[in-house]
Amino acid sequence: MSVVLYRIDDRLIHGQVVVGWGQPFNIRFIVLVDDAVATSDWEQDLYRAGVPPEMELFFESVEGAARRLPEFEGRADAGIVLAGDIATMQRLIDASGAIHKVNLGGIHHRVGRSPKLRYVFLTAAEEQALLAMAEGGVSVSAQDVPACEPVSLRAVLAGSGA
Amino acid sequence: MTSRATGPRAIVAAHGDFAAGLISAVQMITGQGAAFRAVSQVGLDAASLEVVMREAVVSHGATVVFTDLPAGSCTIAARKATRDLPDVAVVTGANLPMLLDFVMKDGAGREGAERAAAKGRDAITVAPAVQA
Repeated sequence: MSVVLYRIDDRLIHGQVVVGWGQPFNIRFIVLVDDAVATSDWEQDLYRAGVPPEMELFFESVEGAARRLPEFEGRADAGIVLAGDIATMQRLIDASGAIHKVNLGGIHHRVGRSPKLRYVFLTAAEEQALLAMAEGGVSVSAQDVPACEPVSLRAVLAGSGA
Repeated sequence: MTSRATGPRAIVAAHGDFAAGLISAVQMITGQGAAFRAVSQVGLDAASLEVVMREAVVSHGATVVFTDLPAGSCTIAARKATRDLPDVAVVTGANLPMLLDFVMKDGAGREGAERAAAKGRDAITVAPAVQA
């Protein structure tokens, strides 16, 4: 089983992750990759408080996650690796050289971003970053929850927020 | 009669339209839906949701934030937004009996939050099967 989802989601741990993906895929561990959270005890306590006890939670910097990725991929149970933004996931891809598929789960509205899907808003620079990620050999698609169909990167970039 | 006729004194923050729906039900039953302000996570990233939550709490002087999922983005945002406001309580798992107790007992602060939470927990039952 190991890592079933490499997800970019600016909300990090929340209902869609814990319940929407967690229950149907029987997720037993989540790796939250964020350099700031990895050094913040109170933020770790905050995220830990909301996760069911049967779900193991790891807080890693990009460097730490890249180093431990073989361990996570080698587990017998299923897990999710989460990054809060495109740049963090790209750094993890570069550092690990072992990620071939990325899920866009939630990149929400912020000044300067344009709507692409209901849950994906991108700046021009972020569009280029995703194209570069795909050109680097990573399959990129958007899917907020398993019950919805995945949307190809091409369709995401052509979207207007519907 | 313990009702107040003032503006919001608590925030209800939840996924989709759930908060607005709960407040609508409170209004229908008690006429005191104005005691709550709804916050939805729709269309907001984590940082923006935290800003909206903070603004809602501070502008109304709210002392309680009711949220839905313990692991949800609204709960995370509420706890971050009130980190330096020790008098503000965050209650997860909001339901209608919880909000009704809060509004009818003139709830406020941690004490009102604790009482409302207990009421909400007690209201969850499985009705016994009816013999045919």
